[in-house]
Amino acid sequence: MSQNHPLSSLLRQSQNISGLEPAKATDSIVQSIYHTAQKIARETVQMPGSRIQNLDRRLDNIFLSRIWGYPVMLILLTMILWITIIGANYPSSWLASGLFWLEERLTQGLQFLDAAAWVHGFFIEGVYRSVAWVISVMLPPMAIFFPLFTLLEDAGYLPRVAFNLDYFFKKAGAHGKQALTMCMGFGCNAAAIVSCRIIDSPRERLIAALTNNFTPCNGRFPTLIAMATLFIGGSSLVLGTQLMATLTVAGFILLGIILTFVLSYFLSRTLLKGEPSSFILELPPYRSPRIGQVIIRSVMDRTLFVLARAIIVAAPAGAITWILANTYIDGTSLLSSFAAFLHPFASHMGLDGFILMAFILGLPANEIVLPILIMAYVSGGSMMELESLGDLRQLFVVEHGWTWLTGICFMLFTVCHWPCGTTLYTLQKEQKNAYWTFMAFLLPTCTGILLCVSVNYLVQFMHLL
Amino acid sequence: MPIINAVRVLSDKNFKSDCTKKPAVIALAGNPNTGKSTIFNALTGMRQHTGNWPGKTVLRTQGQYIYNGQKYVLVDLPGTYSLLPHSAEEEVARDFLCFSYPDVTVVVVDATCLERNLNLVLQIGEVTRQLILCLNLMDEARRKNLIIDSDLLSRRLGIPVVETAARNGEGLNQLRQTICDVVNHRITPVPTPITYPPDLEQAIAILEPQVRQIMGERLNPRWVALRLIAGDQSFIRSFFSSLPDAGEGVKL
Repeated sequence: MSQNHPLSSLLRQSQNISGLEPAKATDSIVQSIYHTAQKIARETVQMPGSRIQNLDRRLDNIFLSRIWGYPVMLILLTMILWITIIGANYPSSWLASGLFWLEERLTQGLQFLDAAAWVHGFFIEGVYRSVAWVISVMLPPMAIFFPLFTLLEDAGYLPRVAFNLDYFFKKAGAHGKQALTMCMGFGCNAAAIVSCRIIDSPRERLIAALTNNFTPCNGRFPTLIAMATLFIGGSSLVLGTQLMATLTVAGFILLGIILTFVLSYFLSRTLLKGEPSSFILELPPYRSPRIGQVIIRSVMDRTLFVLARAIIVAAPAGAITWILANTYIDGTSLLSSFAAFLHPFASHMGLDGFILMAFILGLPANEIVLPILIMAYVSGGSMMELESLGDLRQLFVVEHGWTWLTGICFMLFTVCHWPCGTTLYTLQKEQKNAYWTFMAFLLPTCTGILLCVSVNYLVQFMHLL
Repeated sequence: MPIINAVRVLSDKNFKSDCTKKPAVIALAGNPNTGKSTIFNALTGMRQHTGNWPGKTVLRTQGQYIYNGQKYVLVDLPGTYSLLPHSAEEEVARDFLCFSYPDVTVVVVDATCLERNLNLVLQIGEVTRQLILCLNLMDEARRKNLIIDSDLLSRRLGIPVVETAARNGEGLNQLRQTICDVVNHRITPVPTPITYPPDLEQAIAILEPQVRQIMGERLNPRWVALRLIAGDQSFIRSFFSSLPDAGEGVKL
């Protein structure tokens, strides 16, 4: 139909009528528009030089400098993480003791009501506990990290990150704006997949989408923080250990970024061959962030939103975990049999069956991996009472034989494994191609397995443990 | 991040505004990072995530507000540098402005770099007459000691100009009032046409009447003629998919 439409025939005639090459005509049109804009702007705007512009330029001289650009970037990242780790510590333990105090009261209440044992088990040990763990472990880091990150965003630093990283992305055959989508990934990988639309070329957009999962999202990096705190001992007040924990988390985030480059490179040389396209990136002026606004917005919009999602997923996940742990076939619980089934494979990766199972059950949302693991461990046998975060260390190290290698492999797999359910769904919706969704699943998963196995065997081979 | 849940992308048929009882549809267009989302939030009281980087809004967002008893639907378009789209999200903005016939288009520009922003204003002025220029980030312009003669700007462009600093809520009432005035035809913008070199003007003069015959006045025939001369395939594609038998879109 469109071929016969009078507009189509007019389009075919128009070249003859104008006698102009379309490309030349376009140039001429654009030139006229630019010329007019210039003329009007010159008539209406007076601009004496100012100090503010000089300030912007001076700031850019530091933030975009060849020498200082990268160090400043790393320092800012480390600083944000450091503040998060120190700041999250106290509220975490307060929340934990408060919530577990409440658990005791609830237990007493149920005892008073003479409730059946399974009611207490299902609701308190299953649903309530997993929700309590999600809140006490995940909430404080999120509530601190988000506002800090949003402050940087509001101030206009993010496009400067893109500017700095453009060189690497170009080397990797990807698009410089991927730095922006990567930064979005710190918030939420699913949202970052949508933001990949700012990349024009379909090839580069796909690279950005497929590698986005290597940026630990807000569901994962509280896990990283909890692990680092647990193993390196950020809970002690010594500055040195806190700094070590911070550097560990920063190191894993950096690893994620490096893997993003490596896999972008790999993809642009194999499955998605092509040249990186050029683009214009506008560097916005530095604006002093509206601190009050930022805090309210990031707490209300991001933190509560993410937390609500985590709780919605955690409650049923806790219930399922409890049911699995308390359904016995031939004297072993389903949970233990599932973990035992996974164990041989998991042990090659430096993990154990329960950990791998927690990752698998955590597919709906990464926030619940750690809570599920705690639940599985606790209900798996000794039924020890966890009353504070310090007890976690006891649970992992003493009861389940974790070493620092287990911690490292756990963190590695946290950074590199399949994207969460929401992200996969978003990928499918954006690309409408099951093949690429599957690749987005496979790519980080294989990377993670490969890394964990190599690290595990390297450490064992070198007798470091 | 709330973006995914909060964003509602509506199909174009929801935006037909030929009936006076329906709310007026206001499009917010502009270069990336000029504060469209901030203005959107300020007018609608909604809380779209805003951020200081270009390309933050990749989807079309809509919200509504009531002013003087009249209902307005505000559509926040992705940032675009020009109507000759280079990317998917620029196409979203272009197609909406061209084929959804908003009652008023507000172009939000960064007062601190007016010249570059004017390119888009001039281009949109070729598509629609119902145009308002919102000179945003005036607080920053003042900080940078820029002096902008907005009366002269308004006369030169032929459209109303409203100065705002949306972050502080400055000028928003004036903006609401101006939108109201244009919707109710108390103000009639007459965008000054761009003058092209003689060879182009000659071709336009031949093509324009023929375009008018085919499409009437819904899209500025002069602008369509220019698109034809430029051989803009993406425009032609979007035009055909906006036709009724293509499924969705607006009647011509």
